[in-house]
Amino acid sequence: MSQSKSASLLDARILVPALGDAFRKLNPRSLARNPVMFVVAVVSALTTILLLRDVATGGANIGFSLQIVLWLWFTVLFANFAEAVAEGRGKAQADSLRRTRSETQAKLLKDDGPDYTTVPGNSLRVGDVVLVEAGDTIPSDGEVIEGVASVNEAAITGESAPVIRESGGDRSAVTGGTQVLSDWIRVRITAAAGSTFIDRMIALVEGAERQKTPNEIALNVLLAGMTLIFVLATVTIPSFTTYAGGAIPVIVLVALFVTLIPTTIGALLSAIGIAGMDRLVRFNVLAMSGRAVEAAGDVDTLLLDKTGTITLGNRQASEFRPVQGVSEQELADAAQLASLSDETPEGRSIVVLAKEKYGIRARDMQSLHATFVPFTAQSRMSGVDVDGTSIRKGAVDAVLKHLGGMPDASRPKADTIREIQAIADAIAKTGGTPLAVARDGRLLGIVYLKDIVKGGIRERFAELRRMGIRTVMITGDNPMTAAAIAAEAGVDDFLAQATPENKLALIREEQAKGKLVAMCGDGTNDAPALAQADVGVAMNTGTVAAREAGNMVDLDSDPTKLIEIVEIGKQLLMTRGALTTFSIANDIAKYFAIIPAMFLAFYPQLGALNIMGLATPQSAILSAIIFNALIIVALIPLSLKGVRYRATGAASVLSRNLLIYGLGGILVPFAGIKLIDMALAAIGLA
Amino acid sequence: MTFNGWIQILIFCGIVILLVRPLGGYMTRVFTGERTLLTPLFRPVERGLYRLAGTSETEEQHWTTYAAAMLFFNLAGLLALYLLLRFQGALPLNPAGMAGLPPELAFNTAASFVTNTNWQNYGGETTMSYLSQMAGLNVQNFVSAATGIAIAVALIRAFARRSARTLGNFWVDLTRSILYLLLPICVAGALVLVWQGVPQNLGPYTIATTLEGVQQTIAQGPVASQMMIKHLGTNGGGFFNVNAAHPFENPTALTNLIHMVAIFAIGAALTNVFGRMVGNQKQGWAIFAAMGILFLAGVTLCYWAEASGNPLLHAIGLDGGNMEGKETRFGVTLSALFAVVTTAASCGAVNAMHDSFMALGGMVPMINMMLGEIIIGGVGAGFYGILLFVVVAIFVAGLMVGRTPEYLGKKIEAKEVKMAMLAVLCLPLAMLGFTAIAIVLPTGVASIANAGPHGFSEVLYAYTSATANNGSAFGGLSGNTPWYNITLGLAMLMGRFLVIIPAMAIAGSLVGKKIVPESAGTFPTHGPLFVGLLVGVILVVGGLTFFPALALGPIVEHLAMLAGQSF
Repeated sequence: MSQSKSASLLDARILVPALGDAFRKLNPRSLARNPVMFVVAVVSALTTILLLRDVATGGANIGFSLQIVLWLWFTVLFANFAEAVAEGRGKAQADSLRRTRSETQAKLLKDDGPDYTTVPGNSLRVGDVVLVEAGDTIPSDGEVIEGVASVNEAAITGESAPVIRESGGDRSAVTGGTQVLSDWIRVRITAAAGSTFIDRMIALVEGAERQKTPNEIALNVLLAGMTLIFVLATVTIPSFTTYAGGAIPVIVLVALFVTLIPTTIGALLSAIGIAGMDRLVRFNVLAMSGRAVEAAGDVDTLLLDKTGTITLGNRQASEFRPVQGVSEQELADAAQLASLSDETPEGRSIVVLAKEKYGIRARDMQSLHATFVPFTAQSRMSGVDVDGTSIRKGAVDAVLKHLGGMPDASRPKADTIREIQAIADAIAKTGGTPLAVARDGRLLGIVYLKDIVKGGIRERFAELRRMGIRTVMITGDNPMTAAAIAAEAGVDDFLAQATPENKLALIREEQAKGKLVAMCGDGTNDAPALAQADVGVAMNTGTVAAREAGNMVDLDSDPTKLIEIVEIGKQLLMTRGALTTFSIANDIAKYFAIIPAMFLAFYPQLGALNIMGLATPQSAILSAIIFNALIIVALIPLSLKGVRYRATGAASVLSRNLLIYGLGGILVPFAGIKLIDMALAAIGLA
Repeated sequence: MTFNGWIQILIFCGIVILLVRPLGGYMTRVFTGERTLLTPLFRPVERGLYRLAGTSETEEQHWTTYAAAMLFFNLAGLLALYLLLRFQGALPLNPAGMAGLPPELAFNTAASFVTNTNWQNYGGETTMSYLSQMAGLNVQNFVSAATGIAIAVALIRAFARRSARTLGNFWVDLTRSILYLLLPICVAGALVLVWQGVPQNLGPYTIATTLEGVQQTIAQGPVASQMMIKHLGTNGGGFFNVNAAHPFENPTALTNLIHMVAIFAIGAALTNVFGRMVGNQKQGWAIFAAMGILFLAGVTLCYWAEASGNPLLHAIGLDGGNMEGKETRFGVTLSALFAVVTTAASCGAVNAMHDSFMALGGMVPMINMMLGEIIIGGVGAGFYGILLFVVVAIFVAGLMVGRTPEYLGKKIEAKEVKMAMLAVLCLPLAMLGFTAIAIVLPTGVASIANAGPHGFSEVLYAYTSATANNGSAFGGLSGNTPWYNITLGLAMLMGRFLVIIPAMAIAGSLVGKKIVPESAGTFPTHGPLFVGLLVGVILVVGGLTFFPALALGPIVEHLAMLAGQSF
């Protein structure tokens, strides 16, 4: 989160419309979503009627009643304002998304033929195939079935660098509203108008479809229960005081009631939820439901793909290790020749290493009349044939198998095989990948490909461990390599030779133990695991199937973000708990302000409870209700930003928060109410 | 307060603490069906009872079945006791010739004993036949206590089991708690009491001529057998009207100690049963510690108030603590301690008159009950009561560690919170609601003996005691009127069953949940932090609810006394 982004918290462009929304939200139907504030609104309306009656009949203390009524309404308005501010940022983002959704024309293809008719984008149906050419906007979500194109996805990711979309593989999904920059693609439409990815994004960031999350529902139940308890505590007072020979004005009872019920958290609850989703959006992560954000806070096990998350995406050649009788130079020369046409990052790194370490220059393949033998899944080797010699490089067992099929004379000797295997094992044990190189059936040696573990990742995992989260590395490597990298990166466990099936099995196994699992993935074969995981983050570059299966989409396609997602989830829950504690703890001071003031007329002895030394009974009651309203405004920034999160164990997080929000919640209102009382006495309002 | 006084209090605490582990271990074996020392003796009886009832001990019940069995059993008990009391005049074992009870009083008494409250709107020796005392009241003393224990055990199983459907069998838990737990301790204890001078006979009252030549009727009967269960089962219904202040109920310092230890024994041991069944005894000790802190705070305040005495009396030269309404053989310390013990544990037996306590001294028993009888609490009831507060505390604080709140690996979600709030809510509803009505009705006010805030305290105490199923009375209030008989009876039923049913619903929901394994991210619930949190939540939630009422009762009375005014 950059500083400039968080500074926009109190942006006038959000605050000004939010003021209007605060009044618009007085609509009973929108208030009814929030039980605590609904109750406050009802009693505010009731006291307003009583006030009007008093004005009409010329009752006493109208100035005091008027102030109470005004502050009651302010309490409701402040709550609405908090929600409106939280929604404001989402609205701004939704507006910019909506602009991209402007009417597009689609080139609808007829029965596989090259002919197309131009139709409006919103008339497309699922299964239609459209042609999108350079400069066209992709009319709806779909899957590329033919062609390759560079696409500008800035509309959804904010990232202006174009990305490649091509048929087949894991880069086949395109999003409606994004623009093709070059070349052309044929796209099979996978979403009908109104339910595209952008439509869903707009609805999500705007909070239009916001449903209460399970934890929010539970908290609302608690707050409603507390409210009922305080209903009982206040409605019984008139009868008690009648027995004592006194009477309490309704407006004072209402003031006591409203200050006691948990208005602070009631007012800020939905703002906290919206802000949590919004923090994710600012991280360019789109949660499909608030439930997923909450689940993120509960995650016990993180499944992280090795490549791209734990290690830098690509392995790099770091050493040439020849067998006896072969020089390093000779091995480097052969390896370089075999890699010249190999466009994979590994291949390129071999060429780079050969040049840097042995000064072997690039040669022109064409002039050598060389033919490149590409890598296939069957041979698991690549290489080059030049002037009758053939050079092959590949996985050690694949190369050995290839040599085993040669005529007896050119087969490698048993002790060479032993030697090569010893080198390979030594490399695998350190987490590297051995690549065998052979020329004309003769084993030359091994290229040591090294996995580079990302800087700082080890510390992140230690942090996660302190938070009680287990990390599991997922890799296709063999167990020995995986173990070495796991040890270097500091993950708790690893799954080697991972397949979609055993990934799914691992998730199920963890879940059977009662754990919540988070993972990220992009390929179609990740879809079942993404769906099974409690938090499945699909990469935006991924396939349609993966995006459908996950409950979050990362627009930046950065798998490391899983860690931030977990932190945001935790922060959301912590903020709720902290403000609830604060809200309830506040009641102690409010009692000490209002109870003596209420009963003073007939039990003057209770003046001893006025430990804050508030000026008059009226100023005491007013100060309490003013504090109660103002604290909502004061806490809006905290509810939007969330309480500070530290990656430490639960016990220390709790004791810290209890100290700040529990003890602070007891003490702050004593000071606050006293200060407001002094101010009121100074201005002469009470 | 004296050093000697504190030594007595600490001896009592020490004995209770020493009992927790062995009794908890024994109870765990009983309720998990393991073999105990008494198995050879009671096993055949137990089997026979199951055969008679047509149930099987391997047949487990879903929470709804469990709760329905409990409700059916208690309803049947309520009816049977009501009829017995109404018609005791025509039934045997009635040497004093007591007449049947009027309907309201019979309802109140039946509700009182079925709910383990033992509020007594009658004087035992002047109202009850021996048959009513033994077959009616004393039977309920056993089964109401056993009902509470059964519910607590079912709730404990909900935490201990993972992804299960059932909570045990009500009939089995009920039978086992009576056979293996209540009966043996009561038989042994009653014999000790007899040795100390508590009567146990079925003879008619003795007519004696005193030294002054006045005729005196000395009431007696099967007292010892009722005394032991009255305390062990936290029932509290005395054989005699003045309860444990009567020399035949509580003749010596030793019987006084036995009574107090018996009141706390099972409730305290249940925390250990909990710890053992969830696989970590520290979890039980944490809850015990929270109870202990609240208990010691209450004892300190009450003992201080009583030992300080009344400044108005000091002014006229009467020094010393407040001895009004206290037995000289117990004195200030043991009277204050007994008052706190009996109200902390929902027992309701008294060895001094709470009405005569200082305003703040009398407020302590009231607060103990208002918090819902969770400081040790009624047998079983105290434990499931405090677990409701644990649910609330864990829910609020658990969020602050950034996870969906969980207790012992079970997630606390909307359903649990809803049920816990329902149960917590029924306390102020009945306590404050009924008081608010009674205090403005002429028929309610007519029963009040004292003026001003003290009179208010008497009514508040009555409904608080009834709802909390405590049964001790503040005195001063003539409760045997149709209004109080009926409303107090309703308060007792609400305070019992409107807590049990939500607690069972929570058990039903929790037992089906998986157990999330503990990690560094889990909020530890066996340390001082949790204990402090639980105490804080209990005081804030309970205290805030009742602060206005307390301000208008004991607090203003205390402040008035300091200003020289008494009521």
